[in-house]
Amino acid sequence: MKAVDDVSFLVDRGETVGIVGESGSGKSTTALSILRLVPHPGRIVSGRILLAQHGPRQDVAQMSEEEVRELRGGDVAMIFQDPMKSLNPVLRVGYQIREAMAAHRRFSGRQAENRVVPMLRKVRIAAARQRVEHFPHQFSGGMRQRLMIAMGLSNEPSLLVADEPTTALDVTVQAQIIELLRELNSELGTAIVLITHNLAVVASLCTRVIVMYAGRVVEEGPTRQVLKAPQHPYTWSLLRSLPRLDGPRGAQLTSIGGAPPDLGHLPSGCRFHPRCRFRTERCLVEEPPLETVADGQLARCWQPIRATLGEQG
Amino acid sequence: MSTVQRTATGAATRQAALVKVMGLSKHFPIGAGLFGGQTVRAVDGVSFEIEAGETLGLVGESGCGKSTLGRLLVQLLPVTTGHVQFKGIDLVALRGERLRRMRQEMQMIFQDPYASLNPRMSVGETIAEPLRNFGVTRELDRRRRVAEVMRLCGLNPGFSNRYPHEFSAGQRQRVGIARALALNPAFIVADEPISALDTSIQAQIVNLLDELQDRFRLTYLFIAHDLSVVRHVSDRVAVMYLGKIVEVADSDALYQRPRHPYTKALLSSIPVPDPDLEARRRPILLKGEIPSPVNPPAGCRFHTRCPIARFPTCAEREPPLVVDGRGHLTACHFPGTL
Repeated sequence: MKAVDDVSFLVDRGETVGIVGESGSGKSTTALSILRLVPHPGRIVSGRILLAQHGPRQDVAQMSEEEVRELRGGDVAMIFQDPMKSLNPVLRVGYQIREAMAAHRRFSGRQAENRVVPMLRKVRIAAARQRVEHFPHQFSGGMRQRLMIAMGLSNEPSLLVADEPTTALDVTVQAQIIELLRELNSELGTAIVLITHNLAVVASLCTRVIVMYAGRVVEEGPTRQVLKAPQHPYTWSLLRSLPRLDGPRGAQLTSIGGAPPDLGHLPSGCRFHPRCRFRTERCLVEEPPLETVADGQLARCWQPIRATLGEQG
Repeated sequence: MSTVQRTATGAATRQAALVKVMGLSKHFPIGAGLFGGQTVRAVDGVSFEIEAGETLGLVGESGCGKSTLGRLLVQLLPVTTGHVQFKGIDLVALRGERLRRMRQEMQMIFQDPYASLNPRMSVGETIAEPLRNFGVTRELDRRRRVAEVMRLCGLNPGFSNRYPHEFSAGQRQRVGIARALALNPAFIVADEPISALDTSIQAQIVNLLDELQDRFRLTYLFIAHDLSVVRHVSDRVAVMYLGKIVEVADSDALYQRPRHPYTKALLSSIPVPDPDLEARRRPILLKGEIPSPVNPPAGCRFHTRCPIARFPTCAEREPPLVVDGRGHLTACHFPGTL
């Protein structure tokens, strides 16, 4: 079973890229692959994950175990939906952040020691000097996510992969974390790959978006363009099925029929065709390639929205 | 809309109230030992009404007590103090068979249809169970009704012998809805009915609930944390914070002219899938997170995070839920000033 199939994308230095999709779209597997964290028995069958200016071995897929360990939490950091799974409940948080730095030897022991409190301040944790002595359970959900971000950024990575970092949080706390990620991105220049199911969060944080469906990238481009003029029927339908605070109230929602396919039984042709309102004969038999449909925007569709509905699509 | 009368206390009473909640509280005692003797005040002195045929949305962040409140309304949890009237009858005073009879008319839809369906029962049996419990003795009658509600919920009645794991998450939620519908209830509490579903499936379920409401004149309490969905489905919306209702108003009024600072902050926190609007949106970032309901702050419970709290008033006096000329209820000493 291929959870992710022939996915290619590029993240520029300092860029914020969103990968959106529903469950089973392959968005999390893609994110985990960047750090070779795909759980057993999953594996990367083919493809390359290249890091610019990262020493002699630039392909993560070809690195030794040791090299990958050095990379994780070093040049590439990752945060997850549930911070409690990544924090050790019996160790003080200051110690854990110091250890994260010690593991990568970028900073001397004394430097690492001195960086802990400023890192907590950087993620806007109040009373940082006292808080370093606390244990994870003494922090709320939003605060724990801040701790994870502090730990992730402690080695000054060039890329932060954030897998649904706000999904478990309440909206007021989500707003705080998004704001923090935005500020850190512009302050430190850390590139961010945000994995989410929420298009609105992408609109809020990311300059570019990649839309995944059933293991494939179906659309990609500048966030503004993709959300304002989606060219793949899946993106188009998804945007129309959302009740929106900025839209009129009470109208019936345009729902997408059926459900995402089982990856073990993928439909023929285009993987979205059974649920697509614009499908043609060709879509049933032949899978479309990911092609440029507008400046910087790609879609995997034989009949992109503009071709079907015209400019106002 | 029905005539709205004002009582001396300022609470609005609607003539066609199907559900009337008065001073409702639910306190959970927590453990012995370290926390011995403490209580979680999950719902604390709440009063409101739900009109026949309307959808009242109930929103709030995790731990605010919205799910507990939903369960109290259909008597899935015993109340600590206060009253719940359904069609003018006080459910809290009812026991045994009389309460059971009333229950037919009040049903519940849960968040996770996988957890709320018995994996060892076929979906047909699951949907028929309430019918059996409430005296539909003939197998043929039950089967007929099961087929009927399955069709109404967009399910193929031919699949009634299948088991929950053979259905997708969206279909399982349809089974949950069909079961709730089987006894032809007047009132349904839907507790986060779509939040466990994929985005592309959510609209299907929202549309289904809409259709069923029109068809059977159902009354809903729609509990959710997603304010965009709540705006879409609700005629009126109630906002909860730490066991209290802080604001109730018609949907449009609440979203366009929120009067409580918490509602305003909540609304400003929600991102929309439009990068241009996002670039302009200035969320009102609240300080910290929700305090513990074991030891809620004195005075207004929101004062510890409120951007416009004035001292000592807000820290000492609890603001009552007061109605304005348009039926908009707000529990704030300084409403509309943020």
